[in-house]
Amino acid sequence: MFEEHGLLVINLMSAPGAGKTTLLEATIKSLRGRCRLAVIEGDLQTDLDAQRIQALGVHSHQITTGTVCHLDARMVARALTVFPVDELDLLVIENVGNLICPASFDLGEGLRVVVCSVAEGEEKPRKYPVMFHRANVVLINKIDLAAVSDVDLVELEANIRSVNPNATIFKLSCKSGIGLDEWTDWLQHAVAARQASVLVGA
Amino acid sequence: MHEISIAESILEIAEGQARAQNARSIQLIKLRLGEFTTIVREALEFAFEIARQGTLAEDAVLEIETVSILVRCAVCDRATQPVVGICLICTVCSFPMEILTGEELQIEYIEVETEEEWIRWNLSQKELPQGHQSESRSRPTS
Repeated sequence: MFEEHGLLVINLMSAPGAGKTTLLEATIKSLRGRCRLAVIEGDLQTDLDAQRIQALGVHSHQITTGTVCHLDARMVARALTVFPVDELDLLVIENVGNLICPASFDLGEGLRVVVCSVAEGEEKPRKYPVMFHRANVVLINKIDLAAVSDVDLVELEANIRSVNPNATIFKLSCKSGIGLDEWTDWLQHAVAARQASVLVGA
Repeated sequence: MHEISIAESILEIAEGQARAQNARSIQLIKLRLGEFTTIVREALEFAFEIARQGTLAEDAVLEIETVSILVRCAVCDRATQPVVGICLICTVCSFPMEILTGEELQIEYIEVETEEEWIRWNLSQKELPQGHQSESRSRPTS
């Protein structure tokens, strides 16, 4: 159904604490005035993340899964009834923080974006290959912590490539703001390309 | 635990297909499950036992074929079966490799019993002489 609306949908995934919500806040601020977006938040408990997004004036809806470790398409379909899908350019679904099962559940998204923070170490892509293999975009977050975490960014990027040679990779820090523009410009371009493909009936 | 929702989806798809063919029950569901997924076969079998209750597949057999990972270099055409871990950079020519098989989660086919088959079977039971009733044939598709 997303295809008919010219709406770009992102399934945003990472381990808990990699910085998905902070990244989303920074992305929203950067895209302000450039595209109309809304957010679906997935967590086991609390609507804390949805509140953070709403505080930025962006429509958000929290799905609390109880004990379930991932979102699935049925949960997203139910949440969609509260969204004005026709009035959106971009819908971001922030999945439950987990590098395992969210990899296997298609939510109808156009882009699968995986956030990997440097403090997790260089080896996560090799340890959780299904997640990283299926990503379209990998965002290496918190690069300002690389030196203090004693993490080799070149090795981390090589490990991502070893399970996903075709991934688009951005290195950024939401705290310092470094690298953020490259990501949000790319995203805006993706949103425009999505709409253009619908306009020409592709 | 995510195997429960996978099992429910499998049953939903199988029941949809079975109803489209006016089936009264599903006898067998044949599934292809790749090794490069996050689905655990044993957990899925266990989840299926629970999820199938009260569905058309209540008495169905779930037959799972495990599909191994096979990767192939897009440039030098070398195909390998990774044993430990997976690396998609070709060790011979350093170009990217692609996954040929191992990502499957696919219902290959289902076997159903239709209303007509069931009626025919019931009639055949009644036509049998009284003395043979006790050693009647088992139902054709079960």
